[in-house]
Amino acid sequence: MSSASRGGTTARIVAGVLFVGAISAVAVLGRPAGAGEEVSDLGFRLSETAAERGIDFRHQSTTLDPRLDNVAPHVAGIGASVAVTDYDGDGWSDLYFTSSRFGTPNGLYRNRGDGSFESAGAGAGLADLNEEGVGASMGSVWGDYDNDGREDVFVYGWGYQRLFRNVDGTRFEDVSAASGLRVWMNSNAAIWLDYDADGHLDLYLAGYFRSDIDMWNLESTRIMQNSFEFATNGGRNRLFRSRGDGTFEDVTEAAGVGSTRWTLAVASADFDEDGLPDLYLANDYGPEELYLNRGDGTFELADGIGLSDDSKSGMSVALGDVHNRGRLDVFVTNISERGYLFQGNNLRINHLVEANEFQNVARGVLADAGWAWGAQFGDLDNDGFQDLYIVNGFISADRERDYWYGMSKVAGAQGAIFEDARTWPPIGDASLSGYERSRLLLRRGEFVDVAESAGVSDDLDGRAVAFADLENRGVLDVIVANQNGPPLLYRNEIAPVRRWIQIELEGRVSNRSAIGAEVIVEFGGARQRQVVAGGLGFASQNQRRLHFGLGDVDRVERAVVRWPSGIEQELGDLEVDRLHRVVEPETP
Amino acid sequence: MTTDSATSGPRFRLNPKHLIIFLITLILVLGELRYSILGGYERLVATLGSCLATEALLARMLGDRKPSYSSAYISGISLALLIKPQAGLLWPFWLGGILSIGSKYVLRVHGRHLWNPSNFGIGVLVILASGSVAILSHQWGNELATNLVIWTLGLVIAGRARVLHVTLSYLGAFLALAGLRTLLTGAPLLAEIAPVTGPMYQLFIFFMITDPRTTVGTRGGRIAVAVIVAVVEALIRLAGDAGIGFLTPLYYSPPIMALFIVGPIAMWWDLRRRARATA
Repeated sequence: MSSASRGGTTARIVAGVLFVGAISAVAVLGRPAGAGEEVSDLGFRLSETAAERGIDFRHQSTTLDPRLDNVAPHVAGIGASVAVTDYDGDGWSDLYFTSSRFGTPNGLYRNRGDGSFESAGAGAGLADLNEEGVGASMGSVWGDYDNDGREDVFVYGWGYQRLFRNVDGTRFEDVSAASGLRVWMNSNAAIWLDYDADGHLDLYLAGYFRSDIDMWNLESTRIMQNSFEFATNGGRNRLFRSRGDGTFEDVTEAAGVGSTRWTLAVASADFDEDGLPDLYLANDYGPEELYLNRGDGTFELADGIGLSDDSKSGMSVALGDVHNRGRLDVFVTNISERGYLFQGNNLRINHLVEANEFQNVARGVLADAGWAWGAQFGDLDNDGFQDLYIVNGFISADRERDYWYGMSKVAGAQGAIFEDARTWPPIGDASLSGYERSRLLLRRGEFVDVAESAGVSDDLDGRAVAFADLENRGVLDVIVANQNGPPLLYRNEIAPVRRWIQIELEGRVSNRSAIGAEVIVEFGGARQRQVVAGGLGFASQNQRRLHFGLGDVDRVERAVVRWPSGIEQELGDLEVDRLHRVVEPETP
Repeated sequence: MTTDSATSGPRFRLNPKHLIIFLITLILVLGELRYSILGGYERLVATLGSCLATEALLARMLGDRKPSYSSAYISGISLALLIKPQAGLLWPFWLGGILSIGSKYVLRVHGRHLWNPSNFGIGVLVILASGSVAILSHQWGNELATNLVIWTLGLVIAGRARVLHVTLSYLGAFLALAGLRTLLTGAPLLAEIAPVTGPMYQLFIFFMITDPRTTVGTRGGRIAVAVIVAVVEALIRLAGDAGIGFLTPLYYSPPIMALFIVGPIAMWWDLRRRARATA
């Protein structure tokens, strides 16, 4: 053998070894991720306690026009929601869950103050709302729209929207028609906000399916999205301005916020630091949208900030101050499914003021949480950093049958094909991203998935998640609403060594619920901002009071409240480990 | 069409490969400008860099042929468009590039490579790393106009490149088999036809199944292979409808996996046939 031939053979062997090495590297790098990390020193543990505390609710999906039978589990796969309120004003957080099937009740659960709950929906007039010809509930948002000191509730859904006035802390009166809010829409999201800072709560109501569609009596099956990425044929969102006399006027056109994308979640906060509440939309089959409040009754759709060309399937908007910078960052859930689709969730760090952009930094466990729905930020271990809870799973049916392949046939197709629900392959009893485990991402420098170590092991089809201190212990408990399933109440048992404060606000010049107020607390070199939200996440609302974990810091250096009225209030020396009730001053 | 240089003198004649490079570059630019299809320019840099560097390295190392940078360019763009991994992962792009170009130099029979390079790279990624890698989740906005532009240009260029018979054979077989699947499963016909209207198929039809370097030597043979690919794809799809679990990696992208299986067998058979004929 010549030296040239030997050299050629050697080169081929080297090339072959490199090639096999590359294949091996793919196999190693591409191996499936494990089920979170085992962490032994969490400092807290969650225990599921719903049944033993008297929560006997179960969500049921709505029925649909029989012509949608082939995709019914998919189309009707939303409607489980949870809102935290204190409707009787006794200082204990109560819970309201929605069901969607006609004839099934929504559940209002009054907190007895001893750790248990009693069903109070029927007596309050908030149970039997799911009626044929009227509509199916999809969620609720609570707020004191008439500033009488009692929390009222707006129940949104498919069909007629409804507003209930809290009469005396035990009974509610349906004032939908009188208020001007009894409109037919197919909505899966709403929030209270005071966009014009007049001291009265306004309502932003998102459309999902078009508003001319009766989901139980279809005129046509061409009701689905016209694009998997840039769909614009959803229901039109609407902004209702409170006139201050208990009635509302539709100002959508004038305000410029009538998006027809398929909005599934809305959040409001002052993202650009101009003192005005803006609107952030998570849209299914489309890019997220940020409407910046100009302060003259109109909004401007923000452009060039990194949202419009990043199209996914937005399900939920959570707001948190990820780096304790005194800014509200945005977490939006999306879909990830092995082999088929990795949209990835978005954690958008807010750099609007200095760079006019959001920077998406979601990677690893933050990005991939399966078919993710509701999410919330909150300091579950009171270490001074906000953690992230994500619920997920779409349709858990037959474990042996999977609809992903069926859906993939139409997902990549020309829009006119899948806009017609009849062309979708029948889903039958197949699962679609079913039996997924919830994620609990603890902020330990990076986010670490500790769900299993913390005691979260359910694989129900989670839709909504909310945080509340259900026993007034200085910790955040977790409430999860599941589609076609029971809610979960995770009681948080936390090591008592860590400090905390809670701040509950009451507006005087601003709306009584203080919705839109932002609080910045400075402690141990950190500067954490939170907002009082009139709805946050997906189909959920947290407790109104704000909870700040402080870690081992035993002194709050400074706390400032920015009221929706524009009044800025500096709070005095705040004692740690207690709730502070703050009333808005009448003057700055 | 041919030219007669004796009577008309030297004339500029467009190499079909240049047309293909033009088409895939057009798809890349249109897709990025209208739909941000890449998901980050670092992905393009990783795949193109990996493909071109591997081409240069292996051509020099093995020393038996000139590097084909145009082929590496087409592979790099195809991979950048088709691979859609988890957020932040770059390794599927550069490893995909190494595998694709590497397959041209390592997996050879009678001096010819067996797989279309990007088909091999994607096939290995999907089989071994489906927990991290998916195929083309961006859908060109699902717009008819965009689809028509690409289809029209693609068909014209396939004609100039003399591979239109492959494209049309595959398309005809796909549509016929879609009808058959509807008869067998009861699924809506439009659902069975729907995939071919998507962008992944455009890339497959114009840049993979028609690759002259990995198609058999005769026109009849190429038509037969295209039909067989469509048949295997239909079998994969029927298995997907039946929910046969162990075949799941094939369902992520049935046409690409069908070519991954059929392509090298057809090439091997054709090369062996030709070797025997010349022996």
